[in-house]
Amino acid sequence: MNTASPSNQSPTVADTFLKGIWKENPVFVMVLGMCPTLAVTNSATNAFTMGIATTFVLVGSSTLISLLRKFIPKQVRIATYIVIIATFVTMVDYAIQAVSLQLYLALGAFIQLIVVNCIILGRAEAFASKNSVFQSILDALGMGIGFTVALLCLGTVRELLGTGSLMGMRVFGDAFEPWGLMVLPPGGFFVLAGWLLLFSWWKRRSTTEAATAGVAMQRTGSHEI
Amino acid sequence: MSETNNNALQPKSASTWQMLVALGGISLISGVLIVLAYETTLPRILMNRQRAIEEAVFRVLPGSTSRATYAIEGNAVRLLQDATHTGPKIYAGYDDTGALMGIAIEAAGQGYQDVIRVLYGYAPATECSTGFTVIESKETPGLGDKIGLDPRFLANFQGLELRLDESQRSLKNAIVAVKQNSKSNPWEIDGISGATVSSKAVARIVNDSAQEILPIIRQHLRQIETQQ
Amino acid sequence: MSAQLEAMELRSSPHLPEKAGVETIMFNVVLALIPIVCFGIFLFGVSVIALVATTTICCVLAEYLVCRCANRASTIPDFSVVITGILLALTLPPGFPLWMAAVGSLVAVFVGKAMFGGLGYNVFNPALVGRAFLQAAFPSAITTWTPAMSADRFTAFIPSTLTLPFTRVQPMDEWLRTASIDGFSGATALALQKFDGISTNAGQLAMGFTAGSSGETSAVLILICGGYLAFRRMMDWRVPASMLLAAFLTSAVFYMIDSTQYPTPVFTLLAGGLMLGAVFMASDMVASPVTPLGVWIYGGLMGFLTVIIRLKGGLPEGVMYAILLGNAVSPIIDNLTQPRIYGAKSRRDTP
Repeated sequence: MNTASPSNQSPTVADTFLKGIWKENPVFVMVLGMCPTLAVTNSATNAFTMGIATTFVLVGSSTLISLLRKFIPKQVRIATYIVIIATFVTMVDYAIQAVSLQLYLALGAFIQLIVVNCIILGRAEAFASKNSVFQSILDALGMGIGFTVALLCLGTVRELLGTGSLMGMRVFGDAFEPWGLMVLPPGGFFVLAGWLLLFSWWKRRSTTEAATAGVAMQRTGSHEI
Repeated sequence: MSETNNNALQPKSASTWQMLVALGGISLISGVLIVLAYETTLPRILMNRQRAIEEAVFRVLPGSTSRATYAIEGNAVRLLQDATHTGPKIYAGYDDTGALMGIAIEAAGQGYQDVIRVLYGYAPATECSTGFTVIESKETPGLGDKIGLDPRFLANFQGLELRLDESQRSLKNAIVAVKQNSKSNPWEIDGISGATVSSKAVARIVNDSAQEILPIIRQHLRQIETQQ
Repeated sequence: MSAQLEAMELRSSPHLPEKAGVETIMFNVVLALIPIVCFGIFLFGVSVIALVATTTICCVLAEYLVCRCANRASTIPDFSVVITGILLALTLPPGFPLWMAAVGSLVAVFVGKAMFGGLGYNVFNPALVGRAFLQAAFPSAITTWTPAMSADRFTAFIPSTLTLPFTRVQPMDEWLRTASIDGFSGATALALQKFDGISTNAGQLAMGFTAGSSGETSAVLILICGGYLAFRRMMDWRVPASMLLAAFLTSAVFYMIDSTQYPTPVFTLLAGGLMLGAVFMASDMVASPVTPLGVWIYGGLMGFLTVIIRLKGGLPEGVMYAILLGNAVSPIIDNLTQPRIYGAKSRRDTP
């Protein structure tokens, strides 16, 4: 896998934004943030809320860290990052309580646990601390959206199979037999495994195609995957 | 990602003073942000909390339009003014004329998966329950969660007998769950076949709570009726 | 490896005089299962035929797909996947919806077998993995039992069998009322004992004329078929023996503590899926330990767990979880019971 370092070759604006959604998707490619991915994706609404909350924390903390990146001494950077992240998590926590108590109860401790979500600290350390504010916001937005999309992928499948509805609305009618397992913890693992399988199959197919094309151009005889 | 890049941005080593300023400054910003968020959301959070309790209380006490919250302290009840009290609470519901419609009692106990928290309504006039709702449960979806969804099961609590015996210290007939479709007495709960454990747990939770709380409520009924 | 060894054909024990490869053993297991399937069909009717056919075909199809995707030679002819299919059907209620059975079959082969690397590598018994998934996904359908010996069992399906894919089972109170002829109720002996305190007599349980999963009811028949395999030395008799013995002893202890609440040890042995599980599933060659002492510990643990789950758990039946747990610890058991190497002073030592 090639993780093009942003400093070596200046990537385009679109690249910075899009890599979090597809090429470096935090869940499907980097397999980060598994705790919320498995725990709160039992319905699409929960997954979406979690995704949005994480995106907010990501963007907020990345912006602040990028702004202050020249001011934060290296020795205390992790401590300051955590303080900043925790601040935004607390704000999100209050915001969700204000929007819907039911949603807040459904998400439980996982809102507070965004603090320890490694995607956020990862982006702070790997990107925001050494890039401009604009770049950092783009990167955080991309990662956040990638994370949200991944959670929604799990959440929709689990809610559809587990309850026969989507975002709380019935989809399959009353005759549908819900697969109770899917909204329970094991269902999270099954569905995540399914998506990871699909993703690695896609990736492999595209690399194979690229390799085949490259080989065809070079007109060499044999190739192996 | 490259570590050297990071070093280039920073001076070789920062002084203690610099670190203190950085940490202090960021803590200050954080504090301001948190206070701002707290102050803006607080009224809505309180309103949401209030409404959630109210909805549940009015659901189990049909006909009531206002409520008063009482704390249970030992053998006495005390009218609460704010919702911050954390101990055991009961909610009295009154209709438009201020007459006591019933009392909603919160109860909790071990279910099949985890603790089930329920709220049930008690009408002192008829000594029956008036309604039941599950506040929190992690029972198996599709089986155990029927305790909060199955209308046939919820109908059990329309007129479930909660009569005290002569001593006024315990229930005359303990609440029990029986097999589905075999309810024959007003104090029995018609169970859910396939969710035997969960329906029995509900019966046990309601029974334990009624045995403990109802005698206290009966003692202080005048006080609750007059909203004191 | 030296040249000398390479010339030799290495085979794991038992070193039998006849050539008993994987195919032969597996084929004989299928043979041994046939009488049990037939008895299930006799007891519950055409629904069992449909159930066994569905699971077997789906398992074979899944195996075919796996082999194709992995570019491997087909492993269908070794019969192991057929056994998985038949065993899965035998552990399901006779009126289990066919579409759910198909889902279970796919899970059994994909998750229970292929994911670990196919035959010889599966940590758990694949059929039980499939059943465990079904138990968790469709808890209501898998605990809906239908009475044995209903009058029209050879002419009509149990209504729930033909439930349309992805739809729920329609209530069949009406059918149950007409189908139950005197003495045969829809509840299993274990459920009756656990929830209502009604004990079914041992003779009836031994013969198997009771409600239950398609192939678990007749203890005697399962013992005979298992006996055949043990006699042909195609199954380690120590696994079922130790499991049944442990279940009997554990149950006896409980029975002595409180004979009104707990069932008799004989009942424990005969009722439910213990017999089928002990003889045909716990003895799965791949998932059980290889050392003789390990096998006894393994069987004993599963027997003990079965009784504990039955008596102390929320469910009336515990064989499935007991065996899966046994499978999970079997590598550890193997590790702890390695025999002392000849010439070494202690087990951990090498000469």
